[in-house]
Amino acid sequence: MTISVTMTVNGQSVTREVEPRTLLVQFLREHLGLTGTHIGCDTSQCGACVVHVDGRSVKSCTILAAQAQGANVTTIEGLAANGQLHPMQEAFREHHALQCGFCTPGMIMSAIDLVQRNPNPSEETVRHELEGNLCRCTGYHNIVKAVMAGAQAMRG
Amino acid sequence: MYAFNYHRPSSLDDAAKLLSSASDGKFLAGGQTLLPTLKQRLASPSDVIDLTGIPQLSGITVSGSAVTIGATTRHAAVAASAEVKKAIPALAKLASGIGDPQVRNMGTLGGSIANNDPAADYPAAVLGLCATVHTNKRTIAADDFFTGMFETALEEGEIVTKVEFPIPKRAGYVKFPNPASRYVMVGAFVAETADGIRVAINGAGPCVFRHTEMEAALAKNFSPDALKGIRTDPAGMNNDIHASAEYRAHLVGVMARRAVEAALG
Amino acid sequence: MTNQAANQGIGQAVRRKEDFRFLTGQGHYTDDINRPGQLYAAFLRSPHAFAKIKSIDTTAASKKPGVVAIYTGKDVAADKVGGLICGWTVKDKKGEPHKAPRHDIIAVEYVRHVGDQVAVVIADTVAHAKDAVEAIQVDYEVLKPVVDVREAVKPGAPQVHPDVPGNLCYDWEFGDKAATEKAFASAAHITKLELVNNRLSPNPMEPRSAIGEYDPGTDTTTVYTTSQNPHVLRLILCAFVFGLPEHKVRVIAPDVGGGFGSKIFNYPEETVCVWAARKLKKPIKWTSDRTEAFLTDAHGRDHVTHAELALDKDGKFLGLRVDTMANMGAYLSTFASAVPTYLYALLLAGQYTTPAIYAEVKAIFTNTTPVDAYRGAGRPEATYVVERLVEAAAREMNIDPAEIRRRNFIPPTAFPYQTPVACVYDSGNYAKALDEACRLADYANFPKRKAEAARKGKLRGIGLCAYIEACGLAPSSVVGSLGAGVGLWESAQIRFNATGTVFVYTGAHSHGQGHETTFAQIVSDKLGVPLENIEVVHGDTAQVPMGMGTYGSRSLAVGGSAIVRAADKIIEKGKKIAAHLMEASVDDVTYDKGVFSIKGTDKQVPMAQVAFTAYVPHNYPPDLEPGLEASAFYDPSNFTFPAGVHIAEVEIDSDTGVTTIVNWVAVDDFGKVINPMIVEGQVHGGIAQGIGQALLEGVVYDQESGQLLTASFLDYCMPRADNLPSYKIGMIETPCPHNPLGVKGCGEAGAIAAPAALMNAITDALGTEKIDMPATPLKVWQVIQSHNFAAAAE
Repeated sequence: MTISVTMTVNGQSVTREVEPRTLLVQFLREHLGLTGTHIGCDTSQCGACVVHVDGRSVKSCTILAAQAQGANVTTIEGLAANGQLHPMQEAFREHHALQCGFCTPGMIMSAIDLVQRNPNPSEETVRHELEGNLCRCTGYHNIVKAVMAGAQAMRG
Repeated sequence: MYAFNYHRPSSLDDAAKLLSSASDGKFLAGGQTLLPTLKQRLASPSDVIDLTGIPQLSGITVSGSAVTIGATTRHAAVAASAEVKKAIPALAKLASGIGDPQVRNMGTLGGSIANNDPAADYPAAVLGLCATVHTNKRTIAADDFFTGMFETALEEGEIVTKVEFPIPKRAGYVKFPNPASRYVMVGAFVAETADGIRVAINGAGPCVFRHTEMEAALAKNFSPDALKGIRTDPAGMNNDIHASAEYRAHLVGVMARRAVEAALG
Repeated sequence: MTNQAANQGIGQAVRRKEDFRFLTGQGHYTDDINRPGQLYAAFLRSPHAFAKIKSIDTTAASKKPGVVAIYTGKDVAADKVGGLICGWTVKDKKGEPHKAPRHDIIAVEYVRHVGDQVAVVIADTVAHAKDAVEAIQVDYEVLKPVVDVREAVKPGAPQVHPDVPGNLCYDWEFGDKAATEKAFASAAHITKLELVNNRLSPNPMEPRSAIGEYDPGTDTTTVYTTSQNPHVLRLILCAFVFGLPEHKVRVIAPDVGGGFGSKIFNYPEETVCVWAARKLKKPIKWTSDRTEAFLTDAHGRDHVTHAELALDKDGKFLGLRVDTMANMGAYLSTFASAVPTYLYALLLAGQYTTPAIYAEVKAIFTNTTPVDAYRGAGRPEATYVVERLVEAAAREMNIDPAEIRRRNFIPPTAFPYQTPVACVYDSGNYAKALDEACRLADYANFPKRKAEAARKGKLRGIGLCAYIEACGLAPSSVVGSLGAGVGLWESAQIRFNATGTVFVYTGAHSHGQGHETTFAQIVSDKLGVPLENIEVVHGDTAQVPMGMGTYGSRSLAVGGSAIVRAADKIIEKGKKIAAHLMEASVDDVTYDKGVFSIKGTDKQVPMAQVAFTAYVPHNYPPDLEPGLEASAFYDPSNFTFPAGVHIAEVEIDSDTGVTTIVNWVAVDDFGKVINPMIVEGQVHGGIAQGIGQALLEGVVYDQESGQLLTASFLDYCMPRADNLPSYKIGMIETPCPHNPLGVKGCGEAGAIAAPAALMNAITDALGTEKIDMPATPLKVWQVIQSHNFAAAAE
């Protein structure tokens, strides 16, 4: 049995017939081919799959596609506008906040949500707010620097 | 995940009907516990009934004497609410520390207390503040609600609609998270309420419980020092690779003292 | 050379070329790839640590929706597929080769660890494959397992393999036993420690994944997989497992999301995908979930060691002896045997002049996941032994820990330095690194900070670690004589296009290290080509010359040197073309940063013009081949030996046992640095993994059942941003004298240095050496409690 799910992804309305058990991350990766959103664990811990649903960061491995019916979803592919990196993407590049790149999409999506809620975060706030995102490469040092710089850039 | 049918009713009655007509239905609120469970193939409901389409289950209202939070209100909304922060800062602080930001953006109060995971945060606030749980059928006092590990007084098909938290004179919540999962390993919610002092301990045992010895001591002297001589019995505490029963029993005292300090501001 | 290229060369913190695709979600990891007609594999895994498979019934499972095939070990055996191999043969004390029991890609008669493969389902979707896996019925005869090496060596212990008596893979020794005994006999002081180096799960964020594909038309097999060394994998699959010709097998390792050693090895799952793809003539894809990763990715470390250091009355080290039991897990993984031997005992001299060293290592099989190289691989274990001993000795003899190190350092004038355990250290200035680290850590004022912390009721401690690393295992003739089944050189090819842009092919593989930038910087620097005109190609055996891949911090020292050699060949040929264009003798042509010129004249030809001429050779030297490309293979004459000092400072909350890292200083000597930004990033990541080992991480098995208790991130404690501090990083530079870049290697240093530094700080704070990694709040609290009780009893 399938159900019809419609949502707006990166500004485009999409409709797909899916099994009810389809997770949002599977919807994005398998049905829409948006493979920038990654899967790094099975227990909602690692945050590689973080996307924005109606402007809030969520773990797309822990929400059914059906729950996002009618929602406005932004993935890492939807951040850069006209080839221009989002300030947070640019900050990650400038501060070498990525190595293997696998956690990066989720990390950036979480970081943007973080800054939207805390426009001028302290280092401690950044470290605490990244609790839901694991990185095995960077030791977080440069990620924290990048998020602080990204926050400054987003403040303009 | 096993296959299931998905429903998103817009009224409580429809939700109840869907459940009763399903061979093995499950309510879905934020899904932050249910979906990981389903992904691990640890449950195989025939039907998943999403409650977030029912408007009256969501929202926060603050009166002179109580903060009332709808069952599908997200943790993030409680944490960010200026009214909650003003009325019961300890409750807002508790909500701001549940899981991680992404869990808080999805997880709900109703889902948390209906599941009654011993390592969940909200049960400590419900019990510690002597809250009243409203369902589609009745009201349940906090002291009667949490009946055991993953068990509550909720009957089959009963839906939590909102929780009414009386505003205490002061309250504090401090937890020691599990180093790996960040769920509560030991937490203490301490409140001075109209009905007296309440100390609710979560994470440490199979179910959130009141620490009556501490309550009595704090009733005489609401200060961290009042708890110094009180030893919590390790018997009955949870025991795993992260914390022995003895360590948990010890942390109950430390967290309670720190919660009192937090309550005193 | 353009100004742009000048800012992009060696020594510049150039921003990474590879970042754009990762930042925009356009990387191509293996699981992002889908092939037409692809089917999915899911594995039935053993729920038991040790059991005999009495029967397998796939009848019900095969009727499930979408199932295409179900295979068991018997099906694999019927096709005469070889077992997985260990590529390094260690010889024991008697000169006998290690025991390498057969490792079937699907278990045939016995399962030997939880997660061992019992059957594979091939189906049209992942969900269908998993549904069918659950429907397979297996009748097991459950056997008593053994998971701890101390138990596994006891008489009467369960025997993991019938052909490995006493579970002993090998009993190996290294060093001069007699000289070491003599040194201990004359010692004024002996420091002894019992140490456990905890078992770790590597946990790259990208789980392993593989697609096997077979093209009957060309009889070609293609494997897309998460590999650190695609050519090595191709060699093993072809020559040992399947008996296929190498020219008919292509291995592609696309973007790979971290490895840390765990993606070096040949695993059962990718091998099954290849076998099933050839059988079904359909692409077969498998992607690990995280629990499978915990169960099957090769683990790291897991040593139990007794170590002793002999000192004279002034704290001079006289001798070191080490007795280690290393857990191999249930099977011998691809390079497992080398890790606790040649990558371990050879580093036991540390940074010191210790004249006599003797090590004994027993490798033991248990009913656990196989153990192999994990970031540092043997070297963190060696540094941990040496540096815990040194710190403990200093405390026992009441000598400042920094001072005892200074008294024993190999002096800068002594290089090249022959240690008593075979290594010849290339270069270093250990005291300089220590002095700089002490300055950055404000080491002198630590007692004040400790007293201040005590006033707040906190236990404060400081710990040092002066580590040594050996990178770029070499030369091939030597590693061959020690039992390696491969050579450890590296390849490079530089290919100009007619318009002056460049392809660089490297046999090294980047899975986060930034080779696409660092290697391009070398080429830009040598050949004067702007970075954006250079494309570094890696990870595809059909494109890249045979190469050995990336591990052991070897890519720059070995692979980078190969690139330099290839660039030198380009310049040599370019001189001939330039000489012809400038109508001069080749002997008069000089080359500097992309420009050929004639001495004493203003005649110049840029590299781009030379490249164009090489491909459009209308005006060209008659005796010269057209084209401008060069290959090089580089086999180093020695390891490189990075070294440095890390200082950790901690505060412990004695009420809760929580350790907070309040300061971290790292001063490293990696020789010449090509891109300091990338190097610092490597240091950060290494430190985080080292801190993880010391404070948070540990694989735990139930001792009775052999069940893995840390099978998800809910129980295996990964370092998160709020567990870690920001680091203070310093660098000193003593170039490596034996490679053309003067580089040493930086990838593993942090993971090698951090555990000992942190545990030395924690033991300093606690006032006892008796605590093992990970120093969790529970363990620290238990130590504090036992102290309090001891104090109360006095």
